[in-house]
Amino acid sequence: MARMISYREAINEALAQEMQRDPSVIVMGEDNAGGAGSPGEDDAWGGVLGVTKGLYHRFPGRVLDTPISESAFVGAAIGAATRGLRPVAELMFIDFMGVCFDQIFNQAAKFRYMFGGKAVTPVVIRTMYGAGLSAAAQHSQCLYPIFTHIPGLKVVLPSTPYEAKGLLIQSIRDDDPVIFCEHKALYDTTGDVPAGSYTIPFGEANVVRDGDDVTIVALGRMVSVAEQAATELARSGVQAEIIDPRTTSPLDTDTILESVERTGRLVVVDEASPRCGMAADISALVAQHAFGALRAPIELVTAPHTPVPFSAALESLYIPDAQRVVNAVKTVTSWER
Amino acid sequence: MPKWGLSMTSGKITDWIVAEGAEVSKGDDLVDIDTEKIAGALEAADSGVLRRIIAVVNEDVPVGGTIALIAPAGVPESDIDEAARLAREELDSGAVEEVTGPVTGTVQVGGRTLSYATLGDGAETVLLVHGYGGDKNSWLFVQEPLSAGRTVHAIDLPGHGESGKDVGDGSLDVLASAVLGFLAAQGIERVHLVGHSLGGAVVVAAAAREPDRVASLTLVAPAGFGDAVDAGYLRGFAAASSRRELTPHLRKLFADPAQVTRQLAEDLMKFKRLDGVQQALDALLATLLDGDAPAIDAAPLLDKVDAPVVVVWGRADQVLPVTNAAALAGQAQVHVVDDAGHMVHMEQPGAVVAAVVGAVEAAAGGS
Repeated sequence: MARMISYREAINEALAQEMQRDPSVIVMGEDNAGGAGSPGEDDAWGGVLGVTKGLYHRFPGRVLDTPISESAFVGAAIGAATRGLRPVAELMFIDFMGVCFDQIFNQAAKFRYMFGGKAVTPVVIRTMYGAGLSAAAQHSQCLYPIFTHIPGLKVVLPSTPYEAKGLLIQSIRDDDPVIFCEHKALYDTTGDVPAGSYTIPFGEANVVRDGDDVTIVALGRMVSVAEQAATELARSGVQAEIIDPRTTSPLDTDTILESVERTGRLVVVDEASPRCGMAADISALVAQHAFGALRAPIELVTAPHTPVPFSAALESLYIPDAQRVVNAVKTVTSWER
Repeated sequence: MPKWGLSMTSGKITDWIVAEGAEVSKGDDLVDIDTEKIAGALEAADSGVLRRIIAVVNEDVPVGGTIALIAPAGVPESDIDEAARLAREELDSGAVEEVTGPVTGTVQVGGRTLSYATLGDGAETVLLVHGYGGDKNSWLFVQEPLSAGRTVHAIDLPGHGESGKDVGDGSLDVLASAVLGFLAAQGIERVHLVGHSLGGAVVVAAAAREPDRVASLTLVAPAGFGDAVDAGYLRGFAAASSRRELTPHLRKLFADPAQVTRQLAEDLMKFKRLDGVQQALDALLATLLDGDAPAIDAAPLLDKVDAPVVVVWGRADQVLPVTNAAALAGQAQVHVVDDAGHMVHMEQPGAVVAAVVGAVEAAAGGS
C-alpha cells in the first residue's frame, strides 16, 4: 500500500530502524542533535537540514554533536568503526570533504587491503551534494566522482525516498566504508516507502523506465530530470529507457551495456562537472564494450566546467534540465553518418 | 475506472473491446486498462447498450472517473447526451471524487501481525488467501467484483505482504492457524474460503481443523493435490536476488508472458528485499518441496470437509500443471480455464469470480 514519505523522512527512518536493531550503530556530526549539552533546547536542529531530528532523544548517548572539525570527527568515526562500532557520520556538505581526504582515502579505504582482509571499517559518511539552493560554489558541488575513483570506497547516490532508505540500511550493514551522497534538492520529494526495514544491494541499477529507442543513464537528482524528458519525448514517439545506477561504486555495468546493446544510443545525464566524471566514465565503458552496438555518438549532458554560480539565474542555467536531455536524445536519434 | 489494488490511483484506456452502440451483457469484457502494476480487462457491471464512450484510448483516467455510459436502449438520446457532457466535464476538470478502496488493517494472531484488506459489507463473508510469494493485492481483479453484496477480506499470510515475516517452522499448520486466528479475531463464524496455490492447501488445512466455520471452498490451482510441480520455479523464485534473475521465473506464472511487467517484477523485488522475507521464503520452500516433488498432501485434509468445493485451474499452468486436478475428481467441481496459467485470478479473473459465486450459491443449498 502506498505510504508516501519524504526523502528526509526515509533517511531518518533508516537510521532509527538500524539504531533500534543494532546497538553498535551511532550517529555523529555537526548539529546532529543541535545544541546538546548547552543551555536551551536539546535536539534543536537534527543536522543542518533536520535529517537526524528526533534520534537524540530516542537513542540516548548515541547521537553525538561534534566540533566544527570535519577531519577530527570523520577520523574519529573511522577509528570507531575499526573498533567495532558502526558509526554514521554526517558531513554537512560534500564540499568540505577535502579536509578529511587522508582519513578517508588513505586510511578507511585501505585498511581491509593493508591488513590482509583482517580489518573491517563499517563506517558510513552521509553528506549533501548538488546545486539548486543558491548555496554558491563552496556548498553546491557534486564531488562523488572523486570518491568513485578510490578503490576501497563504496559510493551511493539515492534518487528517491525508496532508494534512500534501502540503500542507507545496506550502507550501515556493509563492512566497508560508504560515502552516502544525498542531493539537497531531494529532501522534500516524496515517494512510496515500505514501513519495514529492507536493503537494496549495491551494484544493482534500477531500470526506471523501459524503452527501445535510447538509453539514458542518469544519476541522483538527474533521474527525475530524465523522467521529465522521457515523458516529453514519448509525445513525439521516442521511447527512452532510463537507468539509475544507484551506486557509482560498485557500478552495474551489465545493465547499462545490455540496454545500449538493444537501443544503440546512449545519453548520460549527470549534474557533476564534466571532466573525469561519471558521464565520461560510463561513456568510456560503453564505447569500449558496446562499440559495435552504437548507432550514434554518445551524448553527455552535464554541468559546464565552471564553479557553481551563486546567482539563481545562472545556477538554473548551470544545472542540466529536461530540455537539454530532450535535445541530446534528439541528437542521437536523428544522427546520420 | 475501477480501483484494482490499494495503490492504484488512475488507469489508462488501451483498447475499447466493445464499440459504441453495441449490446453488452453483465460480465462481458468491455475495455482494456493499463495500470502502473498490471494490464487487465474491465468487465461490464451491468447489461444494456454501450451508449457512449467517454474516455478515449490512451487517456489516463483517475479511479472513479466515468469512462463510458451503459444504459437500456430506451433511455432518450438527450438524457445520454447530458450525462455524457457531465461525465466529460468531470474528467476534464480533474475533480473526480475519490473512490474508497479496500479498508486495510492488522490483527494480532499468536504473536504475529496479520495485515488484511476488506471490501464490501454483505451478509456472506469471503476470505481470499494468496499463494507462495504473493500477497493480498494479487486478488486485485477479483476482490472488487466479489464485494457486490458480500464482505470480502484478503489477507497477507505470515511472511508475506505487510504481515509479520516470522513463519515459525513454515509448516502448513502455522499458516492455517493464521487463517483461523484471523477469522476468530474478526468474529467471523461462517466463511467462504478461497485459496490460490499454497493458499489453496492452507484453506483446506484450515477447513479440516474447523469444518463448522467453513461454508464453501474455492481452490485456485491449489497445492497439495497431484504429484506434479515445477520445483525449479519455486527454487528460482526464492533464490532470485535481482529483477533480472526473477523475471524469467515470473514468466512461468502466466499463459501470456507479457503479463510480467517491469513493475510487477520490481514490486516483487521490493517484497524480497524486506528484512525476514528470505528466511520466510526458504522455510516455506521446505514445506512445499520434497526434493523435486510436492511435499504437501492435502487430499486427506479435504476428506474432512463437507462443504461444497469448487476448483479452478488454468489450462496453461506451468507451476502446478492442470493434470494435478485429477486428484480432486469426485470431490469437487473442476473448472479448467483457457488462456490462463498459474495466476488464473489475474489472467482470467471472471472465471475465478464465477467459481466463488458458484461455491457461495452451492453452500446456500440453491444449486
